[in-house]
Amino acid sequence: MYDAGKILIGLIIFLAFATFPFYSNMGKAVAKPDPKLDTPVIQQMKVKQCVESKEFMRAEHMQLLNNWRDAALRRGERLYKGSDGRITEISFQNQCLRCHSNKKKFCDECHSYAAVKPYCWDCHIAPKEANNEH
Amino acid sequence: MGALLSFFVVIVLVLLALAGIKGAGLYVLFGTVIPYAAVATFILGVILRVIKWSRSPVPFHIPTTCGQEKSLPWIKYSKLESPAGTLGVIGRMALEVLLFRSLFRNLKTELRNDGPRLAYGSNKWLWLGGLAFHWSMLIVIIRHLRFFTHPVPFLVKIIDSLDGFLQIGAPHLMITGVVLLLALTYLFLRRVFIPQVRYISLPADYLPLFLLMGIATSGILMRYFFKVDIIKVKELTLGLASLNPGIPSGIGVIFYIHLFLISSLFAYFPFSKLMHMGGVFSSVLQETWPITAV
Ligand code: HEC
Ligand code: HEC
Ligand code: HEC
Repeated sequence: MYDAGKILIGLIIFLAFATFPFYSNMGKAVAKPDPKLDTPVIQQMKVKQCVESKEFMRAEHMQLLNNWRDAALRRGERLYKGSDGRITEISFQNQCLRCHSNKKKFCDECHSYAAVKPYCWDCHIAPKEANNEH
Repeated sequence: MGALLSFFVVIVLVLLALAGIKGAGLYVLFGTVIPYAAVATFILGVILRVIKWSRSPVPFHIPTTCGQEKSLPWIKYSKLESPAGTLGVIGRMALEVLLFRSLFRNLKTELRNDGPRLAYGSNKWLWLGGLAFHWSMLIVIIRHLRFFTHPVPFLVKIIDSLDGFLQIGAPHLMITGVVLLLALTYLFLRRVFIPQVRYISLPADYLPLFLLMGIATSGILMRYFFKVDIIKVKELTLGLASLNPGIPSGIGVIFYIHLFLISSLFAYFPFSKLMHMGGVFSSVLQETWPITAV
């Protein structure tokens, strides 16, 4: 090997970058997020269902919220017709956060896992959380 | 028809993932085995390639410096173009690696009809397109570390929020995703529309472009259009990174297509022109200007 010293340093740097995800996770077990559905409102529901199906909500709730915002504020439509025909009033505070009044144990649970930080709370008031138990 | 052939290869890769997941349900193959094999090929392949290069004898160092060399004290020399000390070499290399300085000198040559006469003109588009591609690619890769780390490093979060600062839509639009695809499209169109470049373009020139375009397109589709459950995706990717792989059920097929295209790129990398990533350091440090340029 010519210039072995320099090349070895280069290769070590390459290895350090390329294997970063592996050694930085070594021996760590990360708990899956577990969004809690035990709010007073949801507990009183007979049929525990969201605005749309659970699978849809998990993947699409950001898009749904964006559509709600556009519908309510740009087009003045305050009613949302779900894919199963149910009509929901469009309101972030009075719908989503009425049922999911446990922002920390629900929204934040997933969001901190996925490292997303919705800026909605810059303006919208996060629900007051009664129980702070862990 | 190098372009068509390469395009066809990428389409076949997409169909393979589609059939493998939708048709045959080969989740473990596409979600665990292939990604690990691809990363191993990538790391080993790059190292072996570089070691192989380093064993070829270099009888003369041919400097590719092009400014005034250091000579008499009263003649100003070009500190970055023709460095005389280590600091200068580092500066020159940094400018080359980070800003593609030599590509900035790129010229276009054309034969003018009034003569005929050879004319040279400034041509910064390739430099701009290349810079846009490489930088957005780097940022996209850093952003993706949020899927492979927990807790996610501060730097990754900052880059993520800077990239999304336009706050368009939810999930918010990432600027680099768009720039990446646009830059790749430019780099491709340039090969098709400039006759001289088309003439020297081989399938091996188009394949990396199409693979990258396929990766960017599937990623954009997955983020904004055919959404998948990101929490489950992170379970899978974090499982891979912590050597504790698993396949959460219910992740959309678009994710497996994205993953398979990325695995293909990783596995292909050491055998492709993309190895200029490793070559650029030694070439600027030592003698020749890299042979390859996307
Ligand atoms: C009427 C009460 C109610 C409203 C209003 C409501 N949700 Fe839900 N939400 C639920 C229930 C109940 C579930 C659990 C559904 C299930 O398990 O099938 C749920 C599930 C979810 C889930 C999936 C959680 C998981 O465990 O995977 C998300 C995400 C979600 N909701 C977000 C929202 C958003 C965003 C809004 C506002 C657009 C909203 N919800 C409005 C009651 C509600
Ligand atoms: C700059 C402050 C601000 C931010 C940031 C913000 N909103 Fe709003 N939002 C408002 C205001 C003001 C309204 C109007 C309330 C009204 O007139 O009904 C509103 C209304 C809405 C509505 C319409 C229905 C209603 O009355 O609740 C939805 C849905 C909504 N916002 C969702 C979001 C989401 C989701 C985010 C984060 C991605 C967000 N907003 C971020 C200020 C903001
Ligand atoms: C099942 C897990 C889960 C739950 C519960 C959840 N989210 Fe999310 N949310 C996500 C994921 C994952 C993303 C990021 C998607 C991405 O990065 O593409 C996200 C993104 C968002 C975004 C878009 C952020 C952006 O700027 O891109 C908004 C707005 C949002 N969530 C609102 C909410 C609200 C409000 C709640 C609580 C009522 C909630 N989410 C509950 C998983 C969840």
